[in-house]
Amino acid sequence: MAWAILRKDLTVELRTLETVPAMAIFTVATFVVFHFGLQRDQLQGQLAAGVLAVSLLFAAILGTNRLFVAEREQGGFDGFLLAPVDRSAMLLAKATALFLYMVVLEIVAVPAFAIFAAPPGLGGALGGIVLFLLLVDLAFALVGTLVSAIAVNTRARDLIGPIIGLPLQIPALIAFAIGIGKELAVFPHRGPGGVIRAFTYHHSPSGEWLLVLALYDVFNALLAYAVFDFLLEE
Amino acid sequence: MDDVISIRELVRNFGERAVLRGVSVSVPAGASLAVLGRNGAGKSTLLRILATLLRPHGGEVRLFDRTLPRDSWAVRGQIGLLSHEPLLYRELSGRENLIYHARLHGIDRARVEEVLAAVGMARRGDDPVRACSRGMVQRLAVARAVLHRPRLLLLDEPRSNLDPAAADLIEPLIGRGAGITRVLTSHDPEAALAEADLVLALQGGRAAYLGPPEGIDSATIRELYR
Repeated sequence: MAWAILRKDLTVELRTLETVPAMAIFTVATFVVFHFGLQRDQLQGQLAAGVLAVSLLFAAILGTNRLFVAEREQGGFDGFLLAPVDRSAMLLAKATALFLYMVVLEIVAVPAFAIFAAPPGLGGALGGIVLFLLLVDLAFALVGTLVSAIAVNTRARDLIGPIIGLPLQIPALIAFAIGIGKELAVFPHRGPGGVIRAFTYHHSPSGEWLLVLALYDVFNALLAYAVFDFLLEE
Repeated sequence: MDDVISIRELVRNFGERAVLRGVSVSVPAGASLAVLGRNGAGKSTLLRILATLLRPHGGEVRLFDRTLPRDSWAVRGQIGLLSHEPLLYRELSGRENLIYHARLHGIDRARVEEVLAAVGMARRGDDPVRACSRGMVQRLAVARAVLHRPRLLLLDEPRSNLDPAAADLIEPLIGRGAGITRVLTSHDPEAALAEADLVLALQGGRAAYLGPPEGIDSATIRELYR
């Protein structure tokens, strides 16, 4: 059932191009702003990681705010609630959609980050960074879906999303930024062995942060599954 | 005959405002209940409570011998709702919308083509909903409402935006002859009375009249809409 909702969401997004292009343009614009704001041609280590993390988080908030727009404006909630379907199908579909939006965004954002921030060692650390990106995307998607479901039925929905969402995303932001920072700073010239090194976390200085992110994902997945039904009810 | 709907002393508020205050009504299987009343009388609220989309704040609501909202999950697939909103995604075609709803209800694709043909939208089924006229959207909304062969139809102004030919077209699907238990609202009391077995007139959130259509006179109707 989640597949039916996801397929519908992806079809609508492909036809309207309302969410992912906006997120991508916003992220690239943020990199440009940081580039000129910090007045540096090259960002290193923790600073580079922070810029990437904050830009992606803000883009995720943008996606979060649009996640249930069609459901609210075109009666999709009512149509879904009238069907004899497990409510968690909507959670799974929306979280997967936001996760996919983030992945597509990063296909644009990471090369743009390389251009505007030019952090040394980005190529070598890419394997580890991809793992961090996937895990932080999952956190953004799960928390974003929950927050969006809370915000969608309120009058100040555009404000509620960031106000609730940003603090809840802080643990993921910290783990992601520190982990990526270590990847960039400690092994600035290493080869493409980042994936394996990141998996064997006790041998990698960023591995423990990968574990923190994974645990935060598990926690949010369980929390979302437990409360999502109640959020959709009146 | 068993009652499909049984409502006792139903109360529903929106903030401080009481929209329904102690409404009671029972509807037997196969019967049609017309709900009359001016704008804001609580007609749509009553329909949304029966559709399990709103919770009652007081009293008891039973559908198919199940109590709402506790057993909402058990009755959802048996309700067809035609509301003011068509519940269709504008960027999808009519056919895509119906296929989506068919998937949610676990219905095969053949039924989608069947209802599209029944509402006269088979040839225009691939047009995006945003490109359809209001009348065509209403026909698609009817197709969506009856797609899963509901046992209870909740019809809020079902013939709005339809020309006489289109209204005739959907008659076998949602009309009295369909043999489905129906609750319908209308701003055209004469038309609603003509197809009702039972009338509930709402005024100020209370039942001003409950009984057969023959029992309500034109003076009472005029008073209702004053």
